[in-house]
Amino acid sequence: MPPPAASSRYPSPSQPSGKSEVTDLKSQLRQLAGSRAPGVDDSKRDLFKKVISYMTIGIDVSSVFGEMVMCSATSDIVLKKMCYLYVGNYAKGNPDLSLLTINFLQRDCKDEDPMIRGLALRSLCSLRVPNLVEYLLGPLGSGLKDNNSYVRTIAVTGVLKLYHISASTCIDAEFPATLKSLMLHDSDAQVVANCLAALQEIWSLEASHSEEACREKESLLSKPLIYYFLNRIKEFNEWAQCLILELAVKYVPSDSNDIFDIMNLLEDRLQHANGAVVLATVKVFLQLTLSMTDVHQQVYERIKSPLLTLVSSGSPEQSYAILSHLHLLVVRAPFIFASDYKHFYCQYNEPSYVKKLKLEMLTAIANESNTYEIVTELCEYAANVDIEIARESIRAVGKIALQQYDVNAIVDRLLQFLEMEKDYVTAETLVLVKDLLRKHPQWSHDCISVVGGISSKNIQEPKAKAALIWMLGEYAQDMSDAPYILENLIENWEEEHSAEVRLHLLTAAMKCFFKRAPETQKALGIALAAGIADFHQDVHDRALFYYRVLQYDVHVAERVVSPPQQAVSAFADTQSSEIKDRIFDEFNSLSVIYQKPSYIFTDKEHRGPFEFSDELGSTSITPEVSSDIVPAQQFEANDKDLLLSTDEKDDNKGLSSNNGSAYTAPYESSNISSQMQELAISGPAASATTTQSSFDFDDLLGLGLSTAPAPTPSPPLLKLNARAALDPRAFQQKWRQLPISLSQEYSVNPQGIAALTVPQSLIKHMQSHSIHCIASGGQSPNFKFFFFAQKEAEPLDYLTECIINSSSAKAQIKVKADEQSTSQAFATVFETALSKFGMP
Amino acid sequence: MMISQFFVLSQRGDNIVFRDYRAEVPKGSTETFFRKVKFWKEDANAEAPPIFNVDGVNYFHVKVVGLYFVATTRVNVSPSLVLELLQRIARVIKDYLGVLNEDSFRKNFVLVYELLDEVIDFGYVQTTSTEVLKSYVFNEPIVIAPARLQPIDPAAIFTQGAKRMPGTAVTKSVVANDPSGRRREEIFVDIIEKISVTFSSSGYILTSEIDGTIQMKSYLSGNPEIRIALNEDLNIGRGGRSVYDYRSSSGSGVILDDCNFHESVRLDSFDSDRTLSLVPPDGEFPVMNYRMTQEFKPPFHVNTLIEEAGRLKAEVIIKIRAEFPSDIIANTITVQMPLPNFTSRASFELEPGAAGQKSDFKETNKMLEWSLKKIVGGAEHTLRAKLTFSQEFHGNITKEAGPVSMTFTIPMYNVSKLQVKYLQIAKKSSSYNPYRWVRYVTQANSYVARI
Repeated sequence: MPPPAASSRYPSPSQPSGKSEVTDLKSQLRQLAGSRAPGVDDSKRDLFKKVISYMTIGIDVSSVFGEMVMCSATSDIVLKKMCYLYVGNYAKGNPDLSLLTINFLQRDCKDEDPMIRGLALRSLCSLRVPNLVEYLLGPLGSGLKDNNSYVRTIAVTGVLKLYHISASTCIDAEFPATLKSLMLHDSDAQVVANCLAALQEIWSLEASHSEEACREKESLLSKPLIYYFLNRIKEFNEWAQCLILELAVKYVPSDSNDIFDIMNLLEDRLQHANGAVVLATVKVFLQLTLSMTDVHQQVYERIKSPLLTLVSSGSPEQSYAILSHLHLLVVRAPFIFASDYKHFYCQYNEPSYVKKLKLEMLTAIANESNTYEIVTELCEYAANVDIEIARESIRAVGKIALQQYDVNAIVDRLLQFLEMEKDYVTAETLVLVKDLLRKHPQWSHDCISVVGGISSKNIQEPKAKAALIWMLGEYAQDMSDAPYILENLIENWEEEHSAEVRLHLLTAAMKCFFKRAPETQKALGIALAAGIADFHQDVHDRALFYYRVLQYDVHVAERVVSPPQQAVSAFADTQSSEIKDRIFDEFNSLSVIYQKPSYIFTDKEHRGPFEFSDELGSTSITPEVSSDIVPAQQFEANDKDLLLSTDEKDDNKGLSSNNGSAYTAPYESSNISSQMQELAISGPAASATTTQSSFDFDDLLGLGLSTAPAPTPSPPLLKLNARAALDPRAFQQKWRQLPISLSQEYSVNPQGIAALTVPQSLIKHMQSHSIHCIASGGQSPNFKFFFFAQKEAEPLDYLTECIINSSSAKAQIKVKADEQSTSQAFATVFETALSKFGMP
Repeated sequence: MMISQFFVLSQRGDNIVFRDYRAEVPKGSTETFFRKVKFWKEDANAEAPPIFNVDGVNYFHVKVVGLYFVATTRVNVSPSLVLELLQRIARVIKDYLGVLNEDSFRKNFVLVYELLDEVIDFGYVQTTSTEVLKSYVFNEPIVIAPARLQPIDPAAIFTQGAKRMPGTAVTKSVVANDPSGRRREEIFVDIIEKISVTFSSSGYILTSEIDGTIQMKSYLSGNPEIRIALNEDLNIGRGGRSVYDYRSSSGSGVILDDCNFHESVRLDSFDSDRTLSLVPPDGEFPVMNYRMTQEFKPPFHVNTLIEEAGRLKAEVIIKIRAEFPSDIIANTITVQMPLPNFTSRASFELEPGAAGQKSDFKETNKMLEWSLKKIVGGAEHTLRAKLTFSQEFHGNITKEAGPVSMTFTIPMYNVSKLQVKYLQIAKKSSSYNPYRWVRYVTQANSYVARI
């Protein structure tokens, strides 16, 4: 670590001069080392301080190691401590020199002052030098038996340190067994707490390869032990209480009496001033009562007030952590918080990260009874000096409008935003009005009259411009100026930097043309010409496609570009319920802050306490495990691992960040369908195939395939191994490694849709075609599956992600294959199997 | 629940202390952290959230007196636990140093290392109790001269408020001896209330809340037991039973929505006679936090008028009236109001004979600022400002300006009427009569009047 610029008071910093200073220190230390003159300790203190301060700012002072050790022969405890600190920092890099310290540390471990014994033992265990572990065993053993509790607490943690340096040494010395006995019998609460922490860590790590450790780990969750801790929880300090509560979360109660006993024992923990204790208690309450709907709801009512108090009593940082948890609860049970909405109003001096969270909570809480007040408040924020918060507030109003049935009043408010004549307000509002119209086309009349009055010159932000252009195209018949505004925009094609806007211009010009051909013809011509000449590939392709479709048949073109309007039922930006449940299971952890399950941001070994819940928790929470779908259930965790990757993608498609998706198609799949359109035109066989009179996406699709790279003779001869097996973990790994070799969309026949009430029905069906499900999820109308199949007689795997939307009767599949060349053949088998789904 | 590293950075990003407990986080974490915090987003207004993840390392930080207290970990820990811990470490250090700032920190970094060694072992919190730590820590704090202290904590305000308060007492280290070599036996109990009020444009109260703390700092030797008696008519929790609770509207009685307590507090007789008993540990700590949404009389009434006065001109009039008794004096009052974006100039007119008042127009963020040294209860003060615009505006000028926000401190006054009726110290001998300071203060948290 390079040294940061030091302040004038500490004239040490830059490396070169630092070096000479270090040499200087070295000689001074050497002089003092043997001295027994009075006052020598004071001089040593000053020098040691200097060394430590260099160490802190990142200057390498490891070269004085020998001198420091020589000077450590002292009875001055302050000096000793500095020396220990120094040694701990540099021992790892200087294993040979560390040997020098062993001697005096071991001697100090036998000092008559328990303070020195403890400190020396702590330093000894912190050396982190693997070939010195043999020197640890003796002092650790006697430390665990020391009659002073300070030494014992340090020795217990020392065992854990030893485990991390050399697990086998620690296990062979049978330290875990000693810790277990200390945990059950020691009179000092901190010793007990450290034993618990150390044993949890050791046994969790050992459990992967030792059955005994597995059993030991589970024995921590036995009823007697849990009550042993909970009954005396007040003897522990607040941090150890958190540790115990975190353990209690994993306990599976035997019956409802057990549940109530525990809740009664912990009730007063909710009044603790430490937010960590309260949240850990809340988690116990929530997890215990999951299966008892009424009590679970009472728990929500009970915890509301303590959490709100914590929000307002701590620092902004602490408030943020608590608020994040309240946010999770609010989203889970908005009705319980519906009357508390005022608590989530923003205060003007709050940091923006708190404000953003509150805005999201207000959005979630809004219902029939409070919408008016909430929207009124949000409108106040729209004029906020903090532009980012103003934008977020407008988005929040928009989201509320989208989720309410009676949007009348809110639409008026949104339209009033447009009158504020602030650029960013107008921009945000336009995007929202567009989304609103996609969901509630019945408001078009009110909105369009206002939107029509906006001067497109004042709108610079691409998203807002795109939204306006979409509305101009979609409602060309209602806006008298639409063709002229579009023409104006098209004439400035060259100045338009955003490809997204240019794409929308093309589509809007087309739509406008179908409605008001005479007025738009000229503009459309210019747009298509400019589009075809455009350097951006998507813009070029779309323009060319429009051109060819128009050339082929104007009516077909109209059906493709401007189909009858259909309202969007739901936007694809919401997190799947599994993800939400998963985060809820990880209550009181970072998952709540990041709003992501832990496997996204931590590697397995660092998920900490949740390793337990992976295995134990999920079975107790998902009771409806039926025998024939065990594989899917069992590996729910991995399933979610995979599901999220797409979930994030969905996020990007969401409301707040509409990317280049074309709004042409009324379905969520608009992206895909437009991609397919683009695929189609680049095919050389385009004109040949489009001569068919029926023109739907499936045909387009077929078309796209014929031009797919590496065309294979696609023999439908592919035989699959009926008894193929793949470990979900291996699946996951493979899925990450392989590229997508094929991506398609199929229609699912109505019988299939009817049969798809639960994912399991399809899983069984596909299995009869030798396509095995690895993981599944979702609920009507969106289902998601991961399938796996293997070529017969050859160890070649086909991995498939299949998303079925039962309301649009479409299945999107992505295939990844070991052998790319046969992926098309596999897809055919898959499609055939899928098409038979639901057939008698 | 283990953390990997703890460090404290100055505002410029220098390491003041750095401690690695588990050697799991790669080198350079301090730089990574500082860069991330400094350049959180292209948007300058957005502050880095207290928790973020960079390359699998989770960074937690709290800002205390301009310093960053940071912890890192790779484990999915309880966020509240770490943030609480950071705050607590800051408090322990303050207990030791008396005054917490960069200077005192740098002078005492060896002591701070000593503390950190005992607070956390191998990433697990051992204790944050000043009391417990005292027996493990041997460095004597180098106390910086009180003259150089800055008002950094709520208690510091007492130094200005009431003369009879010994100003330095609250900045005294729990371990350092007085120059005289004798410790003064005294105990401070502060009732600190932060109030949040939002007034609508028509002047009625939209939301109001009191967030209160009873804070204690004890310098009593021998840890005697202490009893604190609160109002007998104190009620807690109105959420569930407000329908039947007629008292809430009659104005008698103090009704707290909720409260929580320090772990040392025993509530054995709280239900019967509203007394709290505790053996106060050393150092400063909150005995009780409470939250109250019961209606109360806001200490200030704010009246704002903004009117167009010609094509490129407007006039702003802000009137504030102190609605508390005349023997109470509020101090360090500031009033802020964002002006329309196209405001180019503002000239002010203070009332005749106004002393200790200042007014200013901050060009960069178009902010009107009016500060007053003190306001006596019952008094009314007015500010007039003439604005000049750089361009013509359309529409509603009130939508372009405001809201007006206020900050203030009112010593010896609390709006909730919560009181410490008596503070009883278990007697050691008849001659033992330590100083007891019970002090009240009201501060603005978010005091906003829309226009």
